[in-house]
Amino acid sequence: MPAVYIVADNIYSPIGVTTAENFEQVKQGISGIKQHHNTALADEPVYASLFDYADFKTDKQLTYTRFERLLIASVEDTLKDSGIEASDKKTVLILSSTKGNISLLETDADDPGLKDRIAMHTSAKLVAAHFGFVNQPLVVSNACISGIMAILTGMRLLQSGQYENAVIVGADVITKFVLSGFQSFQAISTEPCRPFDKNRTGITLGEGAATMILSSNAEYSDRIKVLGGAVSNDANHISAPSRTGEELKQAIEKALSIAGLKAGDIDFVSAHGTATSYNDEMEAKAIASAGLDKVPLNSLKGYYGHTLGAAGLIESIISIQSLKQNLILPTLGFKTIGVSDAINVCTALTSAALKTCLKTASGFGGCNAAVVFSK
Amino acid sequence: MYLNNYITSYCTIVKNVVYKNEVPVFENRNADLPAFLLSAYQHFGLNYPKFYKMDNLSKLGWIASEILLKGSHIKDYQPEDVGLVLSNANSSLDSDLKYIKSVSDIPSPALFVYTLPNIMIGEICIRNNFKGEDAFFIFEKFDAGFIELYVNNLLNSNALSACICGWVDVFEDEYKAVLFLVEKEERDNAILFSKKNLDGIFENLVIDKG
Repeated sequence: MPAVYIVADNIYSPIGVTTAENFEQVKQGISGIKQHHNTALADEPVYASLFDYADFKTDKQLTYTRFERLLIASVEDTLKDSGIEASDKKTVLILSSTKGNISLLETDADDPGLKDRIAMHTSAKLVAAHFGFVNQPLVVSNACISGIMAILTGMRLLQSGQYENAVIVGADVITKFVLSGFQSFQAISTEPCRPFDKNRTGITLGEGAATMILSSNAEYSDRIKVLGGAVSNDANHISAPSRTGEELKQAIEKALSIAGLKAGDIDFVSAHGTATSYNDEMEAKAIASAGLDKVPLNSLKGYYGHTLGAAGLIESIISIQSLKQNLILPTLGFKTIGVSDAINVCTALTSAALKTCLKTASGFGGCNAAVVFSK
Repeated sequence: MYLNNYITSYCTIVKNVVYKNEVPVFENRNADLPAFLLSAYQHFGLNYPKFYKMDNLSKLGWIASEILLKGSHIKDYQPEDVGLVLSNANSSLDSDLKYIKSVSDIPSPALFVYTLPNIMIGEICIRNNFKGEDAFFIFEKFDAGFIELYVNNLLNSNALSACICGWVDVFEDEYKAVLFLVEKEERDNAILFSKKNLDGIFENLVIDKG
């Protein structure tokens, strides 16, 4: 099977519109999370990492929705200077999102064309046409592991020889639909989220888009590689994580095995770390039982909030920058360990010779995913 | 190396008729979707209290999976060796509309949890203790070529030993479910797992087993 290389990437977030800008910001401890008073979103003030709404006025004359403009902005920056042509018949577009254009239900509910306009395959087609992709785009929608699953899907399509390049873009927009849902679960934090901390009270949501271009072309063999990954299901509960972390552990072990690595080869872990009580507890159990308890670990949710369908991509791209710059980022919001298994949560910007990173995620429906990146 | 895999069972639910391996096994023509799903649940003697709290998408996919797996060898596999690759056009829009109506009153967590299409996969995994690879993809139309490629990749790389794949789509009273059980072993009456056979079954054409 051919190796899969990361050719180019972009993060388009409230704290920066390129990967370089984003990494500089998080390196300085800058977060996109702020308190927002916006009755279109919620009656009470809420913490979230959001784009400036003035930048994204709803304009019915526009072809693209806010969600699609985010996708386009991120893909555009990534394709530029990447050397990859969207119109190449060996290139495929993969879109990752949990809710896509769902905000149209809040603003355009009576539109008879709503069903087709809201569908994620419509957004994928519009974005593909915008850049001139010739192959049918794929859409992954698998809750909070969508971003990692999209990377794994791209990797597999390249390894099977079906395509040579995959442009993988993820985004989600935070509106009342999503926020009220997490609030109904009592899952939203009353302060900026504090992953793995003793005083954590839940999730902070965030908006963003991110793009990663993968290629199996050996001309990119000096780039960081996607070594392998795996997905598992808890088969336990549709909205609560496993009590044991056994299934996330299995996904981690499968990912390591496919990558040809052992736990001791991993230099740092980029965890999901949503800062809900149960998620962080489950993850700590899985990470400790996979033998990764001493490995430095971070959650990036304190900088970006939980960006849903973009999270796996944004956090993977930041982790890839960490590998390139030999810098492990601290877990913003974390002070005192608040999970029952001892894990090594990174609390300061740490220089170290880094070669290999494990990225994990878990989500509703009992899904878990793990992927390994390496120099 | 290209290895052959086999469709060892398939189930279609469309226009208020349930087909198992092309044979109609239940119909209830004069019912809306919730009533039809309940009548199928009762007809097949299914006994699973969690069924009643599911949304229509999960109910449809769950019933199709029950009928698909009846008489199969699925219990012979380890939990981590069985997975699901499902797809549809309308994601969870049917439940999204029901949830957004609740928001102006009291947002309902019981409705919100079904506003993700992969919850249906979670429901089938919980029922059967399947712990392997899952994936949910959105397509405008059933893409047999992609399903063939992706599931063959999972089976031939040994990520999975058996995979339930197909299409489950619901929007209001329009719906269709077509599920396939794909295994490495060519069992009695198995059909080659190929784009042509997937499309044939999806369109409810007679399959040439030779």
